[in-house]
Amino acid sequence: MKHSGYHSRFGGAFIPEILQTTFDELEIAYLTAKDDPTFWAEYMHLMGTYSCRPTPITFAENLTNHFGGAQIYIKREDLNHTGAHKANNVMGQGLLTKRMGKTRVIAETGAGQHGVATATMAAKFGFDCTIYMGAVDVERQRPNVFWMEQLGATVVPVTDGSGTLKDAINEAFRDWVTNMDNTHYALGTACGPYPFPDMVTWFQSVIGTEAREQIQTYAGRLPSRAYACVGGGSNAMGLFSGFMDDKEVELVGVEAGGRGPGMGEHAARLAYDDASVGVAQGYKTYFLQDKDGQMQETHSISAGLDYVGVSPILAHLHETKRVRFEAAEDKDVVAAMSLTIKKEGLIPALETSHAFAQAFKEAPEMDKDEVILINQSGRADKDIFTVADALKDPKWEEFIIAKAKEYSNA
Amino acid sequence: MLEQYIRDKRKEKDLLLMTHIVLGYPSYDHSMRMVESMVEAGVDLMELQIPFSEPMADGSVILRANAEALKSGATVEKSLEMAEKITAAFDIPFLFMTYYNILYRNGVTHFVDNMKRIGIQGSIIPDLPPEEAEEYLAAMAKNELCPIHIYTPNTSEERLKFLGEKSEGFVYVTARKGVTGKDTAFDQDIADYLGKCRKATDLPLALGFGVKSREDMEFIKGKADIAVVGSESIRVMEEQGVKAVGGFIKSLIL
Ligand SMILES: Cc1ncc(COP(=O)(O)O)c(C=O)c1O
Repeated sequence: MKHSGYHSRFGGAFIPEILQTTFDELEIAYLTAKDDPTFWAEYMHLMGTYSCRPTPITFAENLTNHFGGAQIYIKREDLNHTGAHKANNVMGQGLLTKRMGKTRVIAETGAGQHGVATATMAAKFGFDCTIYMGAVDVERQRPNVFWMEQLGATVVPVTDGSGTLKDAINEAFRDWVTNMDNTHYALGTACGPYPFPDMVTWFQSVIGTEAREQIQTYAGRLPSRAYACVGGGSNAMGLFSGFMDDKEVELVGVEAGGRGPGMGEHAARLAYDDASVGVAQGYKTYFLQDKDGQMQETHSISAGLDYVGVSPILAHLHETKRVRFEAAEDKDVVAAMSLTIKKEGLIPALETSHAFAQAFKEAPEMDKDEVILINQSGRADKDIFTVADALKDPKWEEFIIAKAKEYSNA
Repeated sequence: MLEQYIRDKRKEKDLLLMTHIVLGYPSYDHSMRMVESMVEAGVDLMELQIPFSEPMADGSVILRANAEALKSGATVEKSLEMAEKITAAFDIPFLFMTYYNILYRNGVTHFVDNMKRIGIQGSIIPDLPPEEAEEYLAAMAKNELCPIHIYTPNTSEERLKFLGEKSEGFVYVTARKGVTGKDTAFDQDIADYLGKCRKATDLPLALGFGVKSREDMEFIKGKADIAVVGSESIRVMEEQGVKAVGGFIKSLIL
């Protein structure tokens, strides 16, 4: 029954021997759940009563008129509980954790969104919870750390390596190889060893399944293009799954272009030429690495896209050309975010704004009767510190300085 | 060849000692001096770790050693050059320990051919289970080098057999779950587990993870063929300098 976990030459399970049994168990739990309609029913009930499923799609009339091209529709994953698509994956893995009889969950987090989602799930299911977060990210994402701790999770700052997402993943694995008997590692994206890429995609596919039906109902047709930002690739895989067999729908994955091409300047593994195929963190894909295979520093304005690897399923879909990959640069991302806030009253996360930036480049050139769909993977209002910095808002700065004074006088 | 060496040595000694260093940490010069003092102190075989940026199976001591080595300019090419000098200068078997991406990026077959050329006798690749190792195992077999797989406390009996069949030279047994560099309680459970390992393979067994004292060595004697000391000798070097390493090793040897 053992699946190879490969998508053409990408994927696999390059795991230490100590975790072989754990992965066998996980694979069985995943495949059994997939074959069991009551599991999916339980999942949908949970998402409908605890999160906000089905999330709507919104016609962005003002943006459509502004650009004068394709009609722009937005899938509202920002309306999930905890404010992002991350909830879809986390709640699914929570149910699996319960089925496997485990009592503790661990997770990595970059910006803190997946950490908050996991801590929320742990609170709801009564699991112990430890979140690994790069020390650099702990520093810049205090509000999320605050919430994780309020939710009862232990947040462990990771100082090793570059102190960011990939190092948090390594550290979560180090915990797991010790505590696998009672612990499930709820990996946050469609990466890592099999079955994670496939399993996370399965939970996220709820996005695409809903969106396909909704867009036909509201726009009367399938979109010509569907856009999603790509960090590890989970929201993109979720949206794309719904349209995979609709050859007329072009799928566009948007990576972090950062300051533009050149190693260290961005986190675009597929859209730029700086990445190469390698094996790390348990799977084979394109990594931003040097010729020896050492992982390199990456840069993005959004912590959630700032990662060296990418889903092996997306690497495969890149090679087969089913998905087109583009990169949006920091400055265009911030502009796209501001425009969306002003025109639509929607606040896309910085990660999400990459998808908007690319769609805004293409929409004006498209016909008015064409439809495009953007996945709003998350909302940014809780990332207020990062966004205020990105927008360089002077009044916010004054407020923080005054607040700091208040604390130091107290 | 490696297996025979271990068997011959075992006629002289009840327990052999294998040590571990990270090439290029804190410098290649240090690596050479570490090997020199270890061999002089009577180590029977050694693992040379080629640094990798994501050493997932290693604990804090070795993990930092990897990062520091890379920061001070360690590369695969320089590590191979150093390994070649080491095998030429010292007459014990040397093995590589590293992660799969190092081989993969070099070209697996090309890397293994190079191992043969520079006199390395085998390798331990903790993130490469046999299921993913077709090219590696073929290249190792062609060059008559030893692929060494890992037994862990939660490996099933069936898999112990399978891993034994895929290994040459010896099998590496981790004394506990977790990563390198943390303490291990050497107790009856470990003795029972080693008994299970013995039944699964005819190859010699090396026990590692948390071995750091003469007492640990006494415990392992008679239950495994080789004791592996990894993080502790790096810790000794960090705290007391290379010169102290020889004395530390001598204090372990039974
Ligand atoms: C709102 C949002 N969108 C996208 C991402 C990127 O992840 P993925 O590519 O797995 O969807 C993140 C990750 O933190 C996120 O928080």
